[in-house]
Amino acid sequence: MSDTDTSELSPLEFLRWGWRQLTSMRTALSLLLLLAVVAIPGSLLPQRGVDARAVEAYLNDNPKIGPILDKLGMFSVYTSPWFSGVYLLLMISLVGCILPRSRVYYRALKARPPKAPKNLTRFPASIEFVTTSSPEEAMSAARRALGRARVDVVERDGSHELSAESGYLREAGNLVFHISIVVVLVGVAMTALFGYRGAAIVAEGDRFSNVLTQYDEFGSGALFDRDKLPPFSFNLDNFSATYQVDGPQRGAPLSFEATGTVSDGVDGADKDFSIRVNHPMKVGGASVFLVGQGYAPVIKVTNPNGDVVFDEPVPFLPADPSYTSNGVVKVAEAEPEQLGFQGFFLPTFIQGNDGATRSAFPAPYAPIIGLFVWHGDLGLDKGIPQSVYVLDKSNMTQYMDDKDPKKGYRVSLQPGESQTLPDGHTIEFVSLKQFARFQIASVPGVEIPLIGIVLGLIGLIGSLSIKPRRTWVRARRENDSRTVVQVAVLDRVPRVDLPADLDRFIQRMQEPLQLSEEGDV
Amino acid sequence: MTLEQLGRLSNYSVASATVVLALAFLAYAAQWSLARNVAMTKVLAGGEDVSLEESEVKADRSDAAGGIGFSLTVLAEVILIIGVVTRGLSAERVPWGNMYEFGIIAIAVALAAYLLLVKMWDIDWVGALVTLFAMVVLGSTMLFVYVPPGPLVPALDSYWLVIHVVAAIVAGSAFLVGATASVLYLVKARAERLTPEDQRTGFLWKMPTSGAIDQVAYRVHAFAFPIWTFAALIAGPIWAQAAWGRYWGWDAKEVWAFITWVFYAAYLHARATAGWRGKAAAILALVAFGTFMFNYIGVNLFVGGLHSYAK
Ligand code: HEM
Repeated sequence: MSDTDTSELSPLEFLRWGWRQLTSMRTALSLLLLLAVVAIPGSLLPQRGVDARAVEAYLNDNPKIGPILDKLGMFSVYTSPWFSGVYLLLMISLVGCILPRSRVYYRALKARPPKAPKNLTRFPASIEFVTTSSPEEAMSAARRALGRARVDVVERDGSHELSAESGYLREAGNLVFHISIVVVLVGVAMTALFGYRGAAIVAEGDRFSNVLTQYDEFGSGALFDRDKLPPFSFNLDNFSATYQVDGPQRGAPLSFEATGTVSDGVDGADKDFSIRVNHPMKVGGASVFLVGQGYAPVIKVTNPNGDVVFDEPVPFLPADPSYTSNGVVKVAEAEPEQLGFQGFFLPTFIQGNDGATRSAFPAPYAPIIGLFVWHGDLGLDKGIPQSVYVLDKSNMTQYMDDKDPKKGYRVSLQPGESQTLPDGHTIEFVSLKQFARFQIASVPGVEIPLIGIVLGLIGLIGSLSIKPRRTWVRARRENDSRTVVQVAVLDRVPRVDLPADLDRFIQRMQEPLQLSEEGDV
Repeated sequence: MTLEQLGRLSNYSVASATVVLALAFLAYAAQWSLARNVAMTKVLAGGEDVSLEESEVKADRSDAAGGIGFSLTVLAEVILIIGVVTRGLSAERVPWGNMYEFGIIAIAVALAAYLLLVKMWDIDWVGALVTLFAMVVLGSTMLFVYVPPGPLVPALDSYWLVIHVVAAIVAGSAFLVGATASVLYLVKARAERLTPEDQRTGFLWKMPTSGAIDQVAYRVHAFAFPIWTFAALIAGPIWAQAAWGRYWGWDAKEVWAFITWVFYAAYLHARATAGWRGKAAAILALVAFGTFMFNYIGVNLFVGGLHSYAK
C-alpha cells in the first residue's frame, strides 16, 4: 500500500483509510504475529485462572516485581485488556476481510473465464505446437484434457480461442476456513458466558450437593445465574487407587476410580456411578470429572472433659508423586483458646539416614501425620472468607518443645494413636480415608465451536490443496494442412512446477491429435 | 522374551540407530564436501583448472557418498522402528507415553517422511541436515529424558492419546522436513544472489533452485498445517475435556501449541503478502518450528503444568 498522506483526508475518508489498513493482508499478518507474542507470558508466569495458589506463591516470593506484573495483568493474560485488544482487532480485521472477499468470490462464480490475452507465448508457462488436425479438433481435445474446468470457446478473427478456469473451490475453502475461525471464537465466548465450572474435594463417605457453598473453587460466565445450579448430589462411597508395586516405575499410578451413588434432581432415585480419569459422569447437564486425589486422615479432638470438639476427615493436599501431603486442622470449638494444626501426611513413611521422614510409596502402607500446634484465635469470624488449607497465624501462638524451646511442639501419630496436648486436649488419628477432587463443569453449546473447527479444517484442506488455474488455448489454421496451437497456463498462486504441469496437459491434449512432422515450433 | 529383555533390546536398538545416523550424516557430509569443486554442469568445469575427468570422478564419488548416506538412513530407520516396537511391547501399551518415547517415535516418523519424500521429490539434498538433527535429538533423549518402560499415568490412558499424539507427531515430522527445506532455501537464495555464474561450483549448485526448494517447503507445510490444526485444536481439546474437564485451559503446553499454530498460519499468510514472500516467510517457518521444539523441550523440562507428566 502506498503511503497516503493522511493529513488531507476528511474524517470519512480517514475512517475508510483506517479500515483498509486494518483489513489489509499485512495488518492481518502483523496481528497474527502479535497474538502469538502476547500469548507467551501466560505460559511462563502462573495464571489465576489455572492455578490461583501458584500466583499467590509467586507474589509472596517476588514482592518487588510481583505487584507490577499483577498491575500489567500478567497473571491473567488471556483476559487482560491488551490480549483481548489484539484478539478483537484480529477479529475485526478478519470479518472485514471475509465480507469483501465473499462478494468478490460470488461475482467470480458467476463470471466467465477471462478472455485469452493477445500473446500467449509471453507467459512463463506456455507452449506452441503444430498439428495437422483442424482447430475444432484441437479445441475439443483441449476441452477433454481440461476435465471439469469451466470452459468458454470463441471464434475471433479466424482463430479459435479457449479460456478455462478451474479450482474455484480453493477460494471457497479459504473463506469457509476464515469464517469458521469467527464461528469458533464466537462459540467459545458463548460457552464461557453461559457455562460454569468448579472444583470440590469430597472424602470417602461424604456427600456432595451441587450448591455453591460446596465448591472450593467456582467460576461462571456473566450470563449464568448462580442460583440456578442444577440440583443433583452424589455420595462418594469408595475411592480406589492402584500403583505399580515393583519394577523401575515403582509407585507410578495405574488407575483411580471413584464409586458411589448419584441422584439427579431434588429427590431423584439413587443410582450407582463410577468415575475414572478420562471417563466422566454426566448428570444434571453437567459433567463430573475426576481430576485429583489424596488422603484425608480422620482426626478427632477431645477436650479435657472428654467431649468431642472435632471429628472429621481432613484433606491433606499431595505435593509430590509419593503423596507427601500438606494440610491444616482448624478446631474452632476448642476452649478457652481455639487450636490450629499444620503439618504433613505421609502414606508410607520411612526414616532416612539423616533422621528425616519421607514418603516412599503413594499407597498407605505405613501412614503417619506430623503436626505443629498453634493456640489462639483462628480468625474465622472476621467475615473474610478463609481457605481451609491455610492457617492464619496472626493471632495464634505456637506451642514449643519443652526440652528445646527453639523447636516447635510436635504431634506425630499413626492410625489409632492419640496424643495429649499441653492444654489438655487430646488429638487422635482415628482412621484413614481417601478424598477425590472433582471438577464439575457445564459447557452449553460446545458443539458450535467443535463443528466450526471441523468445518474449518475441511475448508483449510481444500484451500491448501486445490490449484486455482487458468488455461488458454488458441488455434489458428495457417493453411490446409497446418494448425498452430498456442497454450498458456497460469496459477493464481505462483508455482515453479507449472511448466511440468503444462507438459502433462499438452501430452493429454495431443493424444487425439495428429502432430505435424515439424513437431513443436 | 521377557519384558525386561524387550526393554533392553529397545534401548540397544535406539542407541544403534543413533550411531548409524551419525554414519549416515558423515556420508551426507562427504557428499557435500566431495562436490566442492564440481560445477553445476560438468561441461562448465572443463574450462577451469579442475580437469574434466577429475571433476567427473569427484561428482561420481559425491553421488556414491549420497547413496551410502541414503542406505544408512534406511538402515537406521529399520533399527529405530525395531526400537520403538520393542519399547511398546515391553511396556505393554502404545509407545508414546512420555517425553523419551515421544522423542524416539517422532524421529522414526520424521525419517520415514524424509525417506518417502526422497522417493517422491528427490529431496536427498536435505539428508545431511535431517540426519544431523535426528541424531542429536535421539542422542539427547537417551541421555537426558530416558525412563524405563512402564505403565501410563491414568490421564494418558485414553484412545485420544493415540489419535492426538499420532497427529502431533506426523505434523511435527513434516514441520521438521519443512524447516530443513526453509534453511536450505535461505542458503540457496542467498548464494543465488551473491555468487557470480562462473563461481557456481559445489553441492549447493546441484541442489534444486531456491524456487523449487521453496515449493517443497510450502507443500510440506501445507500438508502439516491441517494435521497440526487437528492435533492441537480438535483432538487435544476433546481429550483435555475427557481427562481434565475443560476443553482449553491455557496450560503452558496448550499455549505453545497455539503459538506454533499462529506462527504457521502467519507463514502461510506471509507467502501471500507482498514484501513477505521468500526470505521473511522462510524465517517465519523457522521461528514456528522453534516454537514447536520449545513446546517439546522447554515446556516439558522448565515450565511444567498439567502436561508435564511427559517428563
Ligand atoms: C484469526 C486469524 C487468521 C488465521 C488463523 C488465518 C489463517 C490462514 C491460513 C492458514 C491461510 C492459508 C490458506 C491458504 O494458503 O490458502 C490463510 C490464507 C489467507 N488469509 Fe488468513 N487467517 C487469519 C486472518 C486473516 C485475515 C484477518 C485476513 C484478511 C486480511 C486473511 C486473509 C487471508 C487471505 C487473503 C488468504 C489467502 C492467501 C492465499 O491466497 O494463499 N486472513 N489464512
